[in-house]
Amino acid sequence: MLRTRIIPILLLKDGGLVKTVKFSKERYIGDPINAVKIFNVKEADELVLLDISATKKGSGPNFDEIREIVSEAFMPIGYGGGISTLTQIEELFNLGVEKVILNSAAIENMELISSAADIFGSQSIVVSIDVKRNLFSGYSVYTHSGTKKSKMSLDEILKAIQIAGAGELVINSIDNDGMMKGYDYDLIKSVSSKIEIPLVCVGGAGSVQDFRLAISAGASAVGAGSMFIYQGVHKAVLISYVPFEQL
Amino acid sequence: MNQKVVIIDYGMGNIGSIVNMFNFLGVRPIVSNDEQIIKGADKVVLPGVGNFDKAMNNINRLNLKESIYHLAIEKQKPFLGICLGMQIMCENSEEGTLPGLSLIQADVKKFSFAKDSGLKIPHMGWNEIQTQKESKILEQESSSRFYFVHSFFVSCKNNLDVSALTEYGHTFVSAFERENLMGVQFHPEKSHRFGIQLFKKYLAI
Repeated sequence: MLRTRIIPILLLKDGGLVKTVKFSKERYIGDPINAVKIFNVKEADELVLLDISATKKGSGPNFDEIREIVSEAFMPIGYGGGISTLTQIEELFNLGVEKVILNSAAIENMELISSAADIFGSQSIVVSIDVKRNLFSGYSVYTHSGTKKSKMSLDEILKAIQIAGAGELVINSIDNDGMMKGYDYDLIKSVSSKIEIPLVCVGGAGSVQDFRLAISAGASAVGAGSMFIYQGVHKAVLISYVPFEQL
Repeated sequence: MNQKVVIIDYGMGNIGSIVNMFNFLGVRPIVSNDEQIIKGADKVVLPGVGNFDKAMNNINRLNLKESIYHLAIEKQKPFLGICLGMQIMCENSEEGTLPGLSLIQADVKKFSFAKDSGLKIPHMGWNEIQTQKESKILEQESSSRFYFVHSFFVSCKNNLDVSALTEYGHTFVSAFERENLMGVQFHPEKSHRFGIQLFKKYLAI
């Protein structure tokens, strides 16, 4: 039987590993290479690395850092952050990254998704969308690490990325980020009913029960940051992982 | 043993992770699409993700068929197809119209599930394999799990070629093996110790 993937989401900033709350209050956690080594030993299903400073700074992916991280990580690794050209995407695959995650650049230019999917195959092109609840009981989409509101609606973007050929969608709730009080299940239900491709939900996981709820709401895979980085009420840094047997 | 492992680079994606795996195991693989280099290999890996016809077009355009047959059939060198690499070792695919390499008598078919089945395509994630016979590269333990990403699956005409089956909606061939020819649908280079073990056994052949 196919197992539900449980995916640690690691945020990179200026070479360090950080964790946010509602996309701000960045806290330095440690060395990302060490963290990835621990997830490798714990046999994580998959890893997602998101460089949250690359797009804002206007710099591309930090290839040297990524090379070091993936060279001995024998699990699928998705990388996102600062990707805006096909050349960068090709370089990431050459390093051994399994999936590239497009956000700001893809939402502004759907052609990047379609040409990347055409060359490298849909299964390796993931789109990530950051959303925030708005006053009209719907959701607004933000790019550039949550700092820039998109003119397109969530529904328009969901439709467009699928037509363009995205192979998977990561949906990230800015409101629930770092809160560890559960995912936005309404969001998962609504998005999963509108897409055919696998959905990875991110934002809010605090327990294994949250994973179960997200899966019954329609998620194909679950992502978590704080839950795998912090331990206890005082949020001491301790990298951990939930193996599939516990789900 | 200083063996020449060649990973055939025919423009069908993600070779980096396979290179990383061999490096980790202490073997520097040669990544190439040069006929002479491929012909001189001790072992060959045929990787690939993406579209069947595009893959066959690239094989044909780069003139690789002859060197592949030379190695796989005449010299009977260990030959491992991974994912789309396994699929193009078959005779044909529902994904396209071009003939495959026909190294193994098998068809490639598209997954197709009812909308209410809850089964998404591609089949993506970790799944178990059930071994069907002795294999040069697979462990005979029941709990081996591997990472899969694919929308098409292999269906062997000769049951004796099937070395492992996996369940997704129905059973499909997740690995085949006939003498020196081996194919795996999953990505051993992304499958932790299970994949490391597979490559170790492959290097030890």
